[in-house]
Amino acid sequence: MMKGQEAAAGYATAGTLHGEPYVEDVVRAFVIATIFWGVAAFAVGVYIALQLAYPVLNLDLEWTTFGRLRPLHTSAAIFAFGGNALIGTSFYVVQRTCRVRLWGGSTPAWFVFWGYQFFIVLAALGYVLGITQSKEYAEPEWYADLWLALVWVVYFAIFLGTIVKRKEPHIYVANWFYLAFIITIAMLHIVNNIAMPVSLFGTKSYSAYAGVQDAMIQWWYGHNAVGFFLTAGFLGMMYYFIPKRAERPVYSYRLSIIHFWALIFIYIWAGPHHLHYTALPDWAQMLGMTFSVMLWMPSWGGMINGIMTLSGAWDKLRTDPGLRFSVTAVAFYGMSTFEGPVMSIRAVNGLSHYTDWTVGHVHSGALGWVAFITFGAIYFLVPALWKRREMYSTRLISWHFWISTLGIVLYITSMWVSGIMQGLMWRAYDSLGFLQYSFVETVAAMHPFYVVRALGGLLFLSGALIMVYNVWRTVRGKVEAAPVRAAPVAVGAAE
Amino acid sequence: MAFRHETIEKNVVLLAVLTLLTVSIGGLVQIIPLFTIETTIERVEGMRPYSPLELMGRNIYIREGCYVCHSQQIRPFKDEVERYGHYSLAAESMFDRPFQWGSKRTGPDLARVGGKYSNDWHVAHLIDPRAVVPESIMPSYAFLANRPLRYDDIVAHLETNRALGVPYTDEMIANAVADLRAQANPDANTTELLKRYPKAVVTNTTGDPNNITEMDALVAYLQMLGTLVQTTDLRLEDLRQ
Repeated sequence: MMKGQEAAAGYATAGTLHGEPYVEDVVRAFVIATIFWGVAAFAVGVYIALQLAYPVLNLDLEWTTFGRLRPLHTSAAIFAFGGNALIGTSFYVVQRTCRVRLWGGSTPAWFVFWGYQFFIVLAALGYVLGITQSKEYAEPEWYADLWLALVWVVYFAIFLGTIVKRKEPHIYVANWFYLAFIITIAMLHIVNNIAMPVSLFGTKSYSAYAGVQDAMIQWWYGHNAVGFFLTAGFLGMMYYFIPKRAERPVYSYRLSIIHFWALIFIYIWAGPHHLHYTALPDWAQMLGMTFSVMLWMPSWGGMINGIMTLSGAWDKLRTDPGLRFSVTAVAFYGMSTFEGPVMSIRAVNGLSHYTDWTVGHVHSGALGWVAFITFGAIYFLVPALWKRREMYSTRLISWHFWISTLGIVLYITSMWVSGIMQGLMWRAYDSLGFLQYSFVETVAAMHPFYVVRALGGLLFLSGALIMVYNVWRTVRGKVEAAPVRAAPVAVGAAE
Repeated sequence: MAFRHETIEKNVVLLAVLTLLTVSIGGLVQIIPLFTIETTIERVEGMRPYSPLELMGRNIYIREGCYVCHSQQIRPFKDEVERYGHYSLAAESMFDRPFQWGSKRTGPDLARVGGKYSNDWHVAHLIDPRAVVPESIMPSYAFLANRPLRYDDIVAHLETNRALGVPYTDEMIANAVADLRAQANPDANTTELLKRYPKAVVTNTTGDPNNITEMDALVAYLQMLGTLVQTTDLRLEDLRQ
């Protein structure tokens, strides 16, 4: 059995099997879309970070206020950048690990591509114009939701159909995670977005749920958008690209079985930790907290399996900065999946909730895990898809890595300080027994941290622009003049 | 061993079905009881549906993404109760579709902001936040003051809410336009309005009852937040969930 798994993971990136070419043009389009939306998401992120430091940047225009741009940033990062990366890599991985062409060929896959981009544009235009359901990470209104559901069904059919006609006896572990991601997101999306439009020709709708039930359903959705979109799907990416790049089999096959089932079972319970000390009944809060703490274990199961896959190949981290992205991503995954359970404990959450600590936590996951594992996959996929020997410049990958890492460190440390500081200021009493700070004093105190955070974001964006240049040169077919093997050694020495 | 995981790994339909079952359990256990356990929503006096003008104001609050920076959920902590008022009850958002509890306090909680400031303060603050609170980082919403409120479809809004279970009566729906206009007219007779929507706050920021702006609607909404339930009258047994 292990042999089959390894063979699947180790299967060459050659374009044909039994004379049938893999669908690659759509995957190339997804890679380009991932990069494009990634830069857009990071740029909007930097802009709204600067708005919090310098409110004049809201420009006194309704379309450019923080309230309208923040959903634009989160949706661009999660659904446009993350979503294109997930769908694109899943199409690439499922063909190679099943050793067959995509079910239906390239036409339905192109429908998924353009259908998904259309959804993104529809949602984004809505946010800027003030069309929103106001449910976090589920802001698009009913018509965009219906369209996405349709695209998703076609995506599910392609993925399932490809696995059904596979030439490999086993379904490779990466595909379990991609499949769980596709199924669960469909369930969450449909249930959370049930709403009644005011008119069939208008954009406005009212949620089918109200108040406390709506809050529970929204955070059941919201936390599992993290659990299944931003975790399960990207674990699928980890299970293909790290073994491929390291040329090592997955560390433990048993561990992958255990942590897969444990992860998908436990994650779905964690939603109520977003509602600690609210009007949600205590029993639901306790369930959410208990399962969130338990979730630490399967999360670290995945981290161990990913990192230990490098056993016997650790030296590759010195010479392959693309792999360094993937492995650092798994390390960030380990860190934020430890921080998450800590923050889900009610006593800790009482301090952290409503503050920037949550924002910092989200970004250690989004930048450190999601974006880094995606960058690792991009640096693998671009030469493979455009039939180049390697990326244009290994040195520039290294630059991207270090600039981005520095950006993340500035981001999360500034948010830790600002979040904990604000949480403590809110509850501080003076010697006479009065609240020590007015609310706006805590706002003013955060200014320097908002500046540092924006700087961190700017570094992260700069790193991504280096990647854009590197990808552009690779696609154009140039390889940097310097001897490619020498460059990484020089960087290694500089470290 | 009779069962081998290999069986699942070789059958994608089995894998998909087992996955769906596995991910369904948690949600079913946490969500369904919230609809079936009657005490989930406390039985307190005073809750009523939003008046037409408040509902339109609430939609502007949603449109502008106010929830991105302002929570509407006071936790039962000493400092929060002192800063914002009695902790929030589930009953207080029972007509909120969707809920607006929020997840971040870049600005203060607004669950009980109603009545804390004058209408004039809200207008000045929304037009230029830093004119009133110099350290504020809130965007300016001056455009709300100049834009006429669109309410030609107000009846459809009330009917949609009623179809979903909000107890708007026939009388409320029949008088929706009249109630909306009365709440934006300082000279109007508000007896009927207040009978249907107790504690509704009249707002007119332009001085012209025929010029109802989005600012009027938003301020009417902000001024009723957290005011419906008389929290000083609550007894412990009212609050048990």
